[in-house]
Amino acid sequence: MDNNREFLMRRLHSLLGVIPIGLFLTQHLIVNHFATQGVEAFNQAAHFMANLPFVIFLEIFVIYLPLMYHAFYGLYIAFTAKNNPGHYSYMRNLLFVAQRYTGVFLVVFIAWHIFETRFQVAIGAGEADFNMMENILSNPLMFAFYVVGVLSATFHFANGLWSFLVTWGVTVSAKAQRYSTYFTLLVFIVLSIIGIRALFAFI
Amino acid sequence: MGEAAKTVIFEIERQNSTDESSYWEKFELPYRANMNVISALMEIRRNPVNMDGKKTTPVNWDMNCLEEVCGACSMVINGKARQSCTALVDQLEQPIRLQPMRTFPVVRDLIVDRSRMFDSLKKVKAWVPIDGTHDLGEGPRMPERKRQWAYELSKCMTCGVCLEACPNVNDKSDFIGAAPLSQVRLMNAHPTGSMNRDERLNAIMGEGGLADCGNSQNCVESCPKGIPLTTSIAALNRDVSIQMFRNFFGSDHMVD
Repeated sequence: MDNNREFLMRRLHSLLGVIPIGLFLTQHLIVNHFATQGVEAFNQAAHFMANLPFVIFLEIFVIYLPLMYHAFYGLYIAFTAKNNPGHYSYMRNLLFVAQRYTGVFLVVFIAWHIFETRFQVAIGAGEADFNMMENILSNPLMFAFYVVGVLSATFHFANGLWSFLVTWGVTVSAKAQRYSTYFTLLVFIVLSIIGIRALFAFI
Repeated sequence: MGEAAKTVIFEIERQNSTDESSYWEKFELPYRANMNVISALMEIRRNPVNMDGKKTTPVNWDMNCLEEVCGACSMVINGKARQSCTALVDQLEQPIRLQPMRTFPVVRDLIVDRSRMFDSLKKVKAWVPIDGTHDLGEGPRMPERKRQWAYELSKCMTCGVCLEACPNVNDKSDFIGAAPLSQVRLMNAHPTGSMNRDERLNAIMGEGGLADCGNSQNCVESCPKGIPLTTSIAALNRDVSIQMFRNFFGSDHMVD
């Protein structure tokens, strides 16, 4: 019991990935989906989210702190692995490697995404509305960057949900783990469709 | 048979001692029916001449049972860790590449020092304490169906293949790997062993323990004995989740 700091940090990393980050991602992609219903619907939803009571505290405790912990500790985890997908090209090992690559990419993508949107709003250089995203996504390279970013996020969340269930001892048997693979695959597909549809609504 | 004599080509990564750098050496041997990697290594030992026709030192390797129950002859064959006694030449792509399992310190050529696995077994208390100052008598009985299940876990021969295949067992991490973790599950399942289950669970919650598993599941794919290592890991995750709450919030149940 004396030296289990690493254990608790890993468990916290696993927990925060799903609650709140995974839930926030889902909510974020669903709110984005308002873009498919037109400029007015999206702006109304964005306005509602941006003006929630105590929004700065919600952002700090539900988004910034958990996300930063998950990102920085995740980088440490990613770089302590010695990936070996060449000789051991089993499905789970490939997903293990993909989880680490998408994780590192997401640190870059999300940092850039926050700088381009929330940070610009914070310094008064813009407003988080349909216009802002339309401007960003009008650049084809940026659009591709966002598509890869959204797919990385949905994959990282879905696959992370699978290992969350193992890490907390929910899915124990090989059969349970196989079924949770199907379930998390469904999560990946559904969230990806929602996310990508929203992106295409801006062009 | 009339054809030109068939041969087998081996490429072996050699190393004279732990601190020296490694080098590759090629050997060409006459093919014999049903030969395995060990019999080929024995042939090289009998006639240590490499493919350039130069006399060299015999290749060193470790072996014992020759029937895949001791784990001593484990090495990396064509990129995958496995036992060389059951690696049949007929089933391998040529040239056959032999390498030591570098997760462990190399002693010489293909011989590695697997001491860290035995240290891990000590760390996680993978034994059943039965010594007392007086005769403790018989332990509780184990249900037969449970015994049959536990027997599968007891097949572990500490060969080290699961550690070699694991991306999280390396020089940058302290992770003890799947084999000693599965032994915790075996000892905790034992009716007498379970009397100390909390001690083992707390041990694997320590540095380099259970939490370092990244679920790549290479261990269960590679285990020569087919031990359900990832099921053991997930089951221990469940036990440890409960143990964590007991430790944090307190409990009047030390064991069960």
